Amino acid sequence: MRMSDFVVRDAVIPELPATNKEGVIRAMVESLRAAGQFRGADLEDIIRAILKREFLGSTGIGRGVAIPHTKHNSVERLIGTVAISNKGIAFDSLDGEPVHVFVLLISPQDRPGDHLRALENVSRSLRDDNFVRALRSSTTREEILALLDRAEH
Amino acid sequence: MNGESLIQKVVITNPQGFHMRPMAAFAQLAARFDSSVKVSREGQSVNGKSILDLMLLAAAQGTELTLEVAGPDAPSALDALVKLLKSPAEEESSDPSI
Repeated sequence: MRMSDFVVRDAVIPELPATNKEGVIRAMVESLRAAGQFRGADLEDIIRAILKREFLGSTGIGRGVAIPHTKHNSVERLIGTVAISNKGIAFDSLDGEPVHVFVLLISPQDRPGDHLRALENVSRSLRDDNFVRALRSSTTREEILALLDRAEH
Repeated sequence: MNGESLIQKVVITNPQGFHMRPMAAFAQLAARFDSSVKVSREGQSVNGKSILDLMLLAAAQGTELTLEVAGPDAPSALDALVKLLKSPAEEESSDPSI
């Protein structure tokens, strides 16, 4: 599995307008809905599930990266999107730092292996400081997609 | 490195595998000890104090992980970390969305 296998290209957000955690999650889930990845009726339920997961412990894992996620029956395969905030957004990260790079994942209920492999893949890309720096300074969707396409190991 | 180096194998029993929440708990607990903590799966070895590293393991249910702890507080570190890996997460079964 590669990041470009599950990142929905049309849903990538180059500059998040959000200013807080809920705003980030709402914008990213809404972007996936707008890209036609699930029924509009499921929107609020998915947002709620992701926020509930955050409540149990932030997915801001440090180094300016967060991976909000949930399992939800509205998707038949694992999907995700990437969003960037140049100025950074408070996300209760484990290291207390604001988050600049967000990778949001929604996976089907019964496929824990896919979720774990997606995390593995996100880690492979995001452990590269140059990659994260390039992502953070991207200003267009095309730039981000080009980086994701190149970041296959 | 002072002190002992201890090794123990643990099989992941959680149906969701070794996922992000237990990883975060593991890395945070590991960071409290002076000892170094390595976690390996089939020869791939990562730093147990880093969530980003632990994510590389992609350890589904049934996967065997090897913990290697070395340093002055190795026995208590290994004991606490193994306990954490073996303990089922409370909310796990009740809410499938998380």
